[in-house]
Amino acid sequence: MTEKTTTGASSLTRRGALALTGAAIGSGAITGFPTIWAQNIRNVTLRQAGTGVSGLNAIAEQCKKDTGITLQLTVLDSDALAQRTATQPRSFDIADIEYMQVKKVYGVGTLQAIDRKRITNADKIVPLFTTGRLTPQSPIAQGTAPHTVGFVANRTATAFQPQPTDWMTLIPTIYNADTLGIRPDLIGRPIRNWKDLVDPAFRGKTAIVNVPNIGIMDAAMVMESMGELRYADKGNMTQAEIDRTAAFLIEQKRAGQFRAFWKTFDESVNLMASGEVIIQSMWSPAVAAVRSRGIACTYQPLEEGYRAWGGGLGLAKHLSGLELDAAYEYLNWYLSGWTGAYLNRQGYYSAVLDTAKAFMSPAEWDFWMEGKPATVDILAPDGKVMEKAGTVRDGGSFTDRMGQVACWNSVMTEDRYMVRKWNEFIAS
Amino acid sequence: MRGAVTSWLLAAPLALVLAVFLVVPLFVLVVVSFYDYDSVRLIPDFVFTNYIEVFGSMVTWRTYAKTFTFAVTVWAITLLIGFWIAYYLTFVIEGTTKRTLLFLICTIPFWTSNLIRMIAWVPFLGRNGLLNQALIGSGAIEEPLEFLLFSDFAVTLAFVHLYTLFMVVPIFNTMMRIDRRLIEAAVDAGAGFWRVLWHVILPLCKPGIAIGSIFVIVLVMGDFATVRLMSGGQSASVGLMISAQISLLQYPAAAANAVVLLAVVLMMVAAILRVVDIRKEL
Repeated sequence: MTEKTTTGASSLTRRGALALTGAAIGSGAITGFPTIWAQNIRNVTLRQAGTGVSGLNAIAEQCKKDTGITLQLTVLDSDALAQRTATQPRSFDIADIEYMQVKKVYGVGTLQAIDRKRITNADKIVPLFTTGRLTPQSPIAQGTAPHTVGFVANRTATAFQPQPTDWMTLIPTIYNADTLGIRPDLIGRPIRNWKDLVDPAFRGKTAIVNVPNIGIMDAAMVMESMGELRYADKGNMTQAEIDRTAAFLIEQKRAGQFRAFWKTFDESVNLMASGEVIIQSMWSPAVAAVRSRGIACTYQPLEEGYRAWGGGLGLAKHLSGLELDAAYEYLNWYLSGWTGAYLNRQGYYSAVLDTAKAFMSPAEWDFWMEGKPATVDILAPDGKVMEKAGTVRDGGSFTDRMGQVACWNSVMTEDRYMVRKWNEFIAS
Repeated sequence: MRGAVTSWLLAAPLALVLAVFLVVPLFVLVVVSFYDYDSVRLIPDFVFTNYIEVFGSMVTWRTYAKTFTFAVTVWAITLLIGFWIAYYLTFVIEGTTKRTLLFLICTIPFWTSNLIRMIAWVPFLGRNGLLNQALIGSGAIEEPLEFLLFSDFAVTLAFVHLYTLFMVVPIFNTMMRIDRRLIEAAVDAGAGFWRVLWHVILPLCKPGIAIGSIFVIVLVMGDFATVRLMSGGQSASVGLMISAQISLLQYPAAAANAVVLLAVVLMMVAAILRVVDIRKEL
């Protein structure tokens, strides 16, 4: 805990007496009294930096109730989070981060690998995160698939291992399959392919997300769907492929295909709800938000498959002693069911399905995970009716959706080049 | 001697504040603009890549052209509107109370935030917005007008709405100081309305116009929020380009861009000050 004192006064005031307790206990005088540790975990505060997707107060409150650990949430956008993870490692204890960002930041060495043996439910984690396959037969999707950046050789190693090891970069917590959102009442015809985004019939009524890493992938799905280009790996394009994709986007923009480019969740909701846009890149909670206003909105499954993303929790390198134990306790709690059920109920998926199932009613499980028609009204976490009885989830069951993943959100080798090209498209 | 010391001491606090909060950050900005970077880190270095990318890219030139277009259009419109509002307040309205009251009314929109005033246009101009509904309802048009929102028109409209007051205030201020006897003399000498305006009022308003122009041009050149929101992310501005680079953690590139923008804006301000000596009137 000498490490702690060197962090200076700001750290002490931030965590107050807890840090002092930690320092006293961490001095090593109490080795051999593990019970004291267990009790003291109840007093630890963990600072978690994450995105708005899973930086939810409800989770922090439940965590406090179940484990006693105080979770201090900082919510940042995805890029700021990656930056903080890489450059301000002492400003957080837990990084709640996307796998694609891990590819970018893990090499900096600000996170420590997680000992798989200390994670109770490690064996029950969905194989997507360990082998990359949902079932032993299913193919591995393109892009930064989580299993490719999920393992390292030891606690301090930063090179990713192709095979599962006992040291994980992140504990997976949340993931989903993204597709296009549509206004079925305004669009006037069935939508089946990604290429419908650039159908001239919808000129001036489409939008694409202006987050380069994600937008380029949506564009790649469109290009492939049109037969314009077949990528060796959509998630790791060559410069030539990036050029072709950017040129295509610019051409579409000049033709007036897009009404807008959105950057934040609520922008996408407003575009859709106001009818400015009838087909666009969208994220699942945004679809739910449009629907909750009583406006028809479908998260349309498409023949070419989904663009998936996944996130998880990583441990800051500076964690040790009591705080590290508390962090492991928190990770184990996260996978123990309550949070999984909470996230599943919002249309995301949890990494350990069995434990989450125990916290969901059979009707909820059937609706969210099995893709069956809702037998009762499905309620949102705040108690409001989210889906009426009889509705079926867009895209169907867990295996239907996660089994159809065409690519994962990615950080490309040509990241900088891609970002420049993307900005040219936005500025063109 | 003692007087000199006092002057230095009196000036010191401001000098210190400016040094710490303006000179030092600007210095850091210039230093960082020569750094190298990768996707997460700044790498201290002395490279010209950032500037080469700024000047070598067609996007920069196009974006600057676009930003200039916005700046000039908005400047011309706000000047026209601002001048006549100031003229009306100064020469048409009789009585100080009434004039002060009307002037205060001009400032009412400024009681709420910039962003809110801007966003308020969105539901008004949208495809299913109030204006389109009214026009369709009155039978004036059949199809909603698409160019109203998420277009350069929308951006210009929002800018004019936001910044006209910055033109009104300084012009009004200089106009109020014009000695009325000069106008009387001109009229007595047989000058008509336009002649008085052109040869008496306008020259005497120059400092106000210059100050207003500096406000408007500097604000438009550096803007990113208005352009992004009102164009739906479709249009570009230099500020937006910098903000995009910052959000992607490309700080050195953003710094290089900011240095270039700063230089350009300073040159524009210098040009205005060359044409009009504002000190003369302050």
